[in-house]
Amino acid sequence: MSDDAAKSLTRDVFATKPATATNPVDPYLRMDRMPSIWCGGCGIGTTVNCFTRALTECGLDLDKVAIVSGIGCTGRVAGYLNLDSFHTTHGRPIPFATGLKLANPELKVVVYSGDGDLFAIGGNHFIHAARRNIDLVVICVNNHTYGMTGGQVTPTTPEPAIASTTPYGAFEFPFNLPYLADSCGAVYVARWTTYHVRQIARSMKEALSKRGFSFIEVISPCPTLYARRNKLGDGLDAMKYYQEKSVIKHGAATSEVGIGFQGEIVCGKFIDRERETWIEAYDRRHEVALGAKFTPYPTGLVDAKKE
Amino acid sequence: MKADPRGVLTGAHYMDGDHACCEGAIAAGCRFVAGYPITPSTEVVERIAQRFPRVGDGVFIQMEDEIASSIAIQGAVWGGKKAMTVTSGPGFSLMMEHIGLAAIVEAPCVFVDVQRGGPSTGLPTLPGQADMMQARWGSHGDYEIIAVCPNSPQESFDLTFLAFNLAEKYRVPVMVMLDECVGHMHERVVIPPAEQLDVVERKWTDQKPGQYKPYEVTDKSMVPAMCKAGDGYRIHITGLTHDERGYPVMNWQAQEKLIHRIVNKIRLNADEITRFEETDVEDKQGNVADVVVVAYGITSRVAMRGIELARAKGVKVGLHRPTVIWPFPEKRIRQLAQKAKAIVVVEMNYGQMYYEVERLAAGKCQTRLLGHGGGTVHDPQTICDAIVEVSR
Repeated sequence: MSDDAAKSLTRDVFATKPATATNPVDPYLRMDRMPSIWCGGCGIGTTVNCFTRALTECGLDLDKVAIVSGIGCTGRVAGYLNLDSFHTTHGRPIPFATGLKLANPELKVVVYSGDGDLFAIGGNHFIHAARRNIDLVVICVNNHTYGMTGGQVTPTTPEPAIASTTPYGAFEFPFNLPYLADSCGAVYVARWTTYHVRQIARSMKEALSKRGFSFIEVISPCPTLYARRNKLGDGLDAMKYYQEKSVIKHGAATSEVGIGFQGEIVCGKFIDRERETWIEAYDRRHEVALGAKFTPYPTGLVDAKKE
Repeated sequence: MKADPRGVLTGAHYMDGDHACCEGAIAAGCRFVAGYPITPSTEVVERIAQRFPRVGDGVFIQMEDEIASSIAIQGAVWGGKKAMTVTSGPGFSLMMEHIGLAAIVEAPCVFVDVQRGGPSTGLPTLPGQADMMQARWGSHGDYEIIAVCPNSPQESFDLTFLAFNLAEKYRVPVMVMLDECVGHMHERVVIPPAEQLDVVERKWTDQKPGQYKPYEVTDKSMVPAMCKAGDGYRIHITGLTHDERGYPVMNWQAQEKLIHRIVNKIRLNADEITRFEETDVEDKQGNVADVVVVAYGITSRVAMRGIELARAKGVKVGLHRPTVIWPFPEKRIRQLAQKAKAIVVVEMNYGQMYYEVERLAAGKCQTRLLGHGGGTVHDPQTICDAIVEVSR
């Protein structure tokens, strides 16, 4: 197709859109950065749509919501959301977010990244932020692969999935992410697939309303790499798989929710508990030790109550 | 503006260089420190952990590693704090990733490296000066940084204070390059009253949300104004090559525009940034000593003894000591090379700043490296011998 032909086709597509039509998601996005880099059938955009709905419903002042991403396909989320947004280094969005939150506790800080970023190169940061109970919402879009670099194996790839670096099939034991988050002390742990759009949005809303380290895993298709190499079809086939093989078990023991290749996906809210956040613990300890000599560090709690 | 008196421990103290570094940071307005224990720098964060809860609006967090520490401070910068991390060689190696990030997103922050012998785990408790080129070039890509190099606990206070001011003025990562000797040496440190300490405040934007572009330069400084997260600007900050809006742009034109600015905001201001002190290098008539010794950090103090010994043997010799060592005092070294017979570089490494001096001397005078692998300071007699030899 010639360039001119391609341009006229593009114009036609937009011309068919009624002049008055606006997508309710638009105000949350940097429309001057559209279209996104994501492939057709990719689930990341679906999760972003859910996230904007959660933002609408939770009633937070959006000027006080910051989003931090690492590197990778999901790492691009920060760049598309019309919030204070930070696209950091590979694996490091959580410690960046830790510094951001502690420096400005009135912010609601959301980390949005992929399974490779958060659990391979960034795994150490995840477990410590959960243990410390830093007041963050961590959203992991888990597509079992490194999409940006061409479909390599990740810490969540189940055996025997084919990846570019496991041409004969993955063979390492994969992480069960909710179990990991639970065991490190996360106060909120949920998992959904991109088939469960309402549930994702509800969980995101709940996590945004929690104080402490909240974790949401969203199982998401990568039709271009993971699904193609494994002959799993397109985005629609992924939806059918999620519909057929997902089982909702709220409160399920996280040790029991590991995912095998094209196997059952246990979804639901597994953990919802209260625990002192890092700043609360910092203030408590220093008040005990120093008494009047200590000026408490702001927790952001007062602002949250006002909202 | 003047320093916040809550953070200024005014008075005469007897403290080591690590503690003085901590006090310099707090006096300069540092209110966020992330670190990971490593000899011989740990005393800095130990004192921070003790001091911040009493200062009030500061917070210290011991992170899981130096990678985390070096990016936690960057989150804190965008949260509105002045921030610092502290380490030694092995940890400094881990931090290189985020020196690059700080350079490209222009996050003002301070990295303290209390140098020990390397490479790798090397000599944890013994001095070295072999991270000087790493400080300058350690992260990948083209960028500029500023580095200061104190030779006493007093200077550790003064130059750490200066490091924060330079970081804010130029929006660059600034390295405080201590060495184990200066870090652990106890001496008198005089901290002035807060009203005598001029603090450079962050260059906040005066534009409104909607008009503000995070990387638009509106004056001659080449340094864009900042805002912080939570103030309604809805900024996007990325380690990718970006345009004035902060949006990623993947082409050579955007790359050239960005790199040209982040390099030249330092290079074109190098004469203003760099600092050095000289002892008997040049008299009032403009006569330069036959031999100029270039040394920094603890080595400059040992070199001074070597200079005295050489002087007793009749050699006209002086000391040139960079205190803001990156950008290197290029103009001054070029001048000295025109007039001196020889320049001797004394440093605790196998040749790092020496190559800068050799490059700048450009054959105009003899240059000589007097280096060793670290673990101990030089023997002043060997410095004297080298001075005498090159003076002939």
